Amino acid sequence: MATQHVEPAHEHHAHPQESWFRHYMLSTDHKIICFQYMFTGMALAVVAGFFSYVFRMQMAFPGMHVPGWGLVTPNEYNMLITNHGAIMIFWVAMPVLIAAFGNYLIPLMIGADDMVFPKVNRLSYQIFLLSAIVLIASFFTQGGGFGGAWTIYPPLSAKPEYNLTPWGSSLFLVAVALEFIAFLLGGINFITTAMNSRAPGMSYHHIPIVVWMIVIASMLFMASVGPLIAGAIMLVFDQTLHTAFFDPNRGGDPILWQHLFWFFGHPEVYVVLLPALGITAEIITTMSRKKLFAYKTVLNTAIGTGVLSFTVWAHHQFVAGIDPRMANIFTVMTLIISIPIAEMMFVYIATLYGGSITLNTPMLWALSFIFTFLIGGVTGIFLGASGADIYLHDTYFVLAHFHYTFFPIAIIGTFAGVSFWFPKMSGKMMNDTLGKIHFWGTFLGFNGIFIPLFITGMLGDHRRIFDHNFFPELATPTLKGLREFATLSLLFMLAFQPIWFYNVITSLLWGKPAPKNPWNSNTLEWTADSPPPHGNWPTLPIVYRGPYEYSTPNRSEDYWPQNVPS
Amino acid sequence: MSSARPIATTRSSAGMPTGRLAVWWVIASEIVIFGGILASYIMHRLAHDAFAAQAAHTNTWIGAFNTFVLLTSSLSAVMAHRAADHGDAKGAANYLWLTVGGGATFLIVKAFEWTHEIREGFTITSSTFWSFYYTAAGIHASHVLAGMVLMSYIALDAAKGREMQRVEYVGLYWHFVDIVWIFLFPLLYIAK
Amino acid sequence: MMEWIARSLDRFMPPAASSYALDIDFVFNLVFWIVIAFWFVLVQAIFIGLIVRFRKRDGVGAQYITGELKHEHRFIAWPHYVIMICDVILVAAAIRVWYNVKQQLPEPDATVRIIAQQWAWSFVHPGPDGKLDTDDDIKTVDDLHLEVGKTYHYLLESRDVLHSLSIPVFRLKQDAIPGRVVTGWFKPITTGEHDIQCAEICGIGHGLMPARVILETPEQHAAWMAGAGTSPAPGTATGE
Repeated sequence: MATQHVEPAHEHHAHPQESWFRHYMLSTDHKIICFQYMFTGMALAVVAGFFSYVFRMQMAFPGMHVPGWGLVTPNEYNMLITNHGAIMIFWVAMPVLIAAFGNYLIPLMIGADDMVFPKVNRLSYQIFLLSAIVLIASFFTQGGGFGGAWTIYPPLSAKPEYNLTPWGSSLFLVAVALEFIAFLLGGINFITTAMNSRAPGMSYHHIPIVVWMIVIASMLFMASVGPLIAGAIMLVFDQTLHTAFFDPNRGGDPILWQHLFWFFGHPEVYVVLLPALGITAEIITTMSRKKLFAYKTVLNTAIGTGVLSFTVWAHHQFVAGIDPRMANIFTVMTLIISIPIAEMMFVYIATLYGGSITLNTPMLWALSFIFTFLIGGVTGIFLGASGADIYLHDTYFVLAHFHYTFFPIAIIGTFAGVSFWFPKMSGKMMNDTLGKIHFWGTFLGFNGIFIPLFITGMLGDHRRIFDHNFFPELATPTLKGLREFATLSLLFMLAFQPIWFYNVITSLLWGKPAPKNPWNSNTLEWTADSPPPHGNWPTLPIVYRGPYEYSTPNRSEDYWPQNVPS
Repeated sequence: MSSARPIATTRSSAGMPTGRLAVWWVIASEIVIFGGILASYIMHRLAHDAFAAQAAHTNTWIGAFNTFVLLTSSLSAVMAHRAADHGDAKGAANYLWLTVGGGATFLIVKAFEWTHEIREGFTITSSTFWSFYYTAAGIHASHVLAGMVLMSYIALDAAKGREMQRVEYVGLYWHFVDIVWIFLFPLLYIAK
Repeated sequence: MMEWIARSLDRFMPPAASSYALDIDFVFNLVFWIVIAFWFVLVQAIFIGLIVRFRKRDGVGAQYITGELKHEHRFIAWPHYVIMICDVILVAAAIRVWYNVKQQLPEPDATVRIIAQQWAWSFVHPGPDGKLDTDDDIKTVDDLHLEVGKTYHYLLESRDVLHSLSIPVFRLKQDAIPGRVVTGWFKPITTGEHDIQCAEICGIGHGLMPARVILETPEQHAAWMAGAGTSPAPGTATGE
């Protein structure tokens, strides 16, 4: 129970002589650390996006000299797809959605002046940065970067004579392990801060959904990553000390790795999903002037999904050689987990009912999240049904399914969050017209890439194959046409991305100054200056109600900020 | 860049001090890490009878002695907490140093134990049992070492009467490290 | 009805060449008709309809709806229950097919050994004596010869890393694990020559190990066996 006393103003130790380096590189301020994570994540997104351009050009026009790369050898192809996947999940989705938005929003939305352990916060970013450097370094070693898929299955990953990347495979694992440690440290901060440092009056049901989501995601991460850290140590030992944890010739078991990996791997997708869902909730409520439909249901389904996510992992291993009887349990649990997620989608859609919807850039992103994630979700059912997965496993159907989930999560979620909180973060407004142009190009382009890939998967295109024309039944005009359409859509989509960068830079430099609360939103961050100073407020706020009191009857305003007494 | 403690750290909406809450979460995440490696070990052990033959070569007496050392060091950690609660800065620091000493003893004994086993030919690649033995106990030992470093840092502060609440928190962490050993000991030394 | 469902998305699938291919297609298509054609279309239509209907209009404010009242919440609860029923149907259909393909093994007419390695497929067929592991076995690289109408067991192995046997026209997939022999079954039902793919990344040659399955009439199969037995095999499995 928080005590009801007025807290002394946070003493701001002004450092007018502080160098740029100390202020931006060594800061312990949660807002600066947010930007560090965000810029690092976005820089790596450019790298991983470039990789996808290269390999999609190879897929559509096999053997061509790809502009900016050259001929794509099978070895390079494997390295490109492996690192595209790993970077997007571990070095883009997680840092931007959890570490950046978590760092920025949690203290501001709960009315605190910073995270509870600012120095640990700084340390977590430094370890994260180190992990990114280690990963990039792996590309420049003899043999090149690791090319055995982001799932790193042994024996391929364990023995250099199989993978031909002796340094790359170990550095890859070390990078992943460091990333895990960075996020464990970060998670401690997020959970402890959200649990312990809330403003007086902010009970559990007055916490904005995005804060809940990031906290639950952090807990999920902590609870699931342990076995994989153990497994990563075991695999590095196999690689470097020639132990035999996963070597079937000497008493080890390669399937053990798969279990350790997916026990984490499945909850991991919900770890990145929940923050994106949270961002979507904040935008939808604000832009439709409506209370979130059934807040408690949203919370309970999020927790329920999190718990259930620990029971579905082997649906990634249906044909991997597990006991076939086990597969049935995982089919049942996988279809069960679709229920709370469907419920969450329905609740978000229901929030629109009776609303007064403004279709600006943030809202377009938030709504497109629902549209595209629905496609991702329903296509997962095909894969969860074990009987159908026998055919669909390792085909492009799987790939299209998970891009229809990951793209809304990592890309749409990011653009939504940035466009919504940009005014607060920078003190400037973004150009909404440019924002909409960028949105439509990205949204249409994305669908153009992956709808054809569902079909190529159904027709037999398997994953991680660098040239499908080696297979006579896959060298048909239909399939070639579909692959080309997908690649051209990617080029179309990439062509629109400079618009976003242009918008960000020109808005930062010459954008209209942003008021404190440009969207007339209820949550606490909008009561701080745009941008907030160190310490966030001169006096920390007190909370009187929940975050979604929009269009409350008998009030002249259609919003009611949490910190206003009445 | 301010070095003052944020107000956020001093709040306790969840009803307990921030530091203690954080340590519990750290312990939770560590439980899953050790749980993962122990579960892997147990599954391997159940599937391979050969393990039992290899396990016969661990030295139960040394394992038991190290267990005693760790348990005693946990006791001194509790005494340190008690002293800190009573405001006895010097006492708290001294008990913490005793605990660090216990950790050091544990590690030194282990160093001798492993040297002897390696000389006998039981290396990390001898068999999967020994791979698990060195890996699991090695990860545990690294946590003992990390705990010793943290504890020394906190002891230096505590001797000056500063950050006394951290004595309890590092004690909590130390008890956890102890409990992991309580699981490792039967699995590696007794089940033969 | 089941037949109609099984064939409804024919044009998006490869030919069905095994006895259980249409069963697997049935599961896929059932999911399609229930989850996509019905649910997905319905939900997206409502979603887009709400966006259009409740766009900001001058003078019209938003309503205050908590979603916690019973008459509000039922709009979430009822679809919820219908989805649960659909899930039961889908799970039943999936498990039925899974059991048939993966959990049980019908009596075989013949057994073939399939060996995966970096980076090729090799096959051991029982020779004219019908028994595997005898002197007249026919070993090939890249080409698996099967007789239509016969029920086969396959013994799948790997020499090095994980590979995966994938025969799209059979709708079959099974990972090959070093140190183990995985047994499964199939029964070809039409003639033709089709692709075999590796479905588990196995190194730089993962995309360079195509193989073919050749589905023959009894006469064609006998002719192949006779020809293959007398002349040197086109390529014997390396290391044998």
